[in-house]
Amino acid sequence: MSEPVTVVTGSRKGIGRFLAERYLSLGHRVVGCSRTDTDLVSDAYEHHSLDVSHEDAVAKFFAAVRKRHGRLDHLVNAAGIASMNHSVLTSGATFRRIFEVNVFGTFYCSREAAKIMQRHRYGRIVNFGSMAVPLKLAGEAAYAASKAAIVSLSEVMARELAPFEITVNVVAPNAIDTDLIAGVPAERIEALRQRLAIARAPRLEELGAIVDFFLSPSSSMVTGQTVYMGGP
Amino acid sequence: MQRSELVDLVLKQAADINETLTAQIPLDRGADAPLYGRDGSLDSLGLVSLLAAVEQAVEEEYGVTITLADERAVSQKHSPFRTVGSLADYVALLVSESAVR
Repeated sequence: MSEPVTVVTGSRKGIGRFLAERYLSLGHRVVGCSRTDTDLVSDAYEHHSLDVSHEDAVAKFFAAVRKRHGRLDHLVNAAGIASMNHSVLTSGATFRRIFEVNVFGTFYCSREAAKIMQRHRYGRIVNFGSMAVPLKLAGEAAYAASKAAIVSLSEVMARELAPFEITVNVVAPNAIDTDLIAGVPAERIEALRQRLAIARAPRLEELGAIVDFFLSPSSSMVTGQTVYMGGP
Repeated sequence: MQRSELVDLVLKQAADINETLTAQIPLDRGADAPLYGRDGSLDSLGLVSLLAAVEQAVEEEYGVTITLADERAVSQKHSPFRTVGSLADYVALLVSESAVR
């Protein structure tokens, strides 16, 4: 078999960037996307600029992946946005935007990826949850609700896609130091971590190990699962 | 594009899917061949495979990206996935909508 083909959304920065580089280093053909262009350059990397909340753009993106590679082994839905605000102070526009990117984006990408994967009866989809869900973090109503929706979506898609031998799983990082949480005060992050079994800052490599496990061909009995980094 | 072209396109994809089915889609009935629903031979998995194949064929043939998703899929009366002909008509509708956008 030739190199695996891996799509990573939100690959311009943060966790998406880390994972795109990780799978390039492991010999995958990586196709990334983000709203704007990237400075990530590699012979095995191609980048598309699109908004994952735009259904037509996502369909065209995956049509391009299919045309270029003829197959798709892995989808890592790392694109996501956050808004830290009290529910009473959250505008409808913000709430909608968070759902559009996090939930609709994950849905559109997973649906289009599944269409390519089902032809070869093989696929791995990894979605992103959040510690904000089990910890029920005050000040993150919209974000936590969107991540809870991703868990439900993943659990149902895991059942629906199982006959095609496509697995769907969720990794829930705990406050990894990226732009997503740049606006959150350090003491709040620390207080959050103190509620976890492993009460320290996670390393990106530790997140990578969980995603590696979900993507492994040997993980064919692992689906509909959510792994919370550091324990809930 | 002619309706007959799209019917042929759907029939061609259905023939490929037939190779994986025990209960075959009766392709000799042409546009009237039932796909999904009361008289159809496809289960939901077969339908997913067929629709993905048709989307891909439309993209390759006409250069248009369409998404064959419709909330009427489970309706006996109005589902665009009832027969080869109704699916071909639905494809034509989506392609024309895509040209307007």
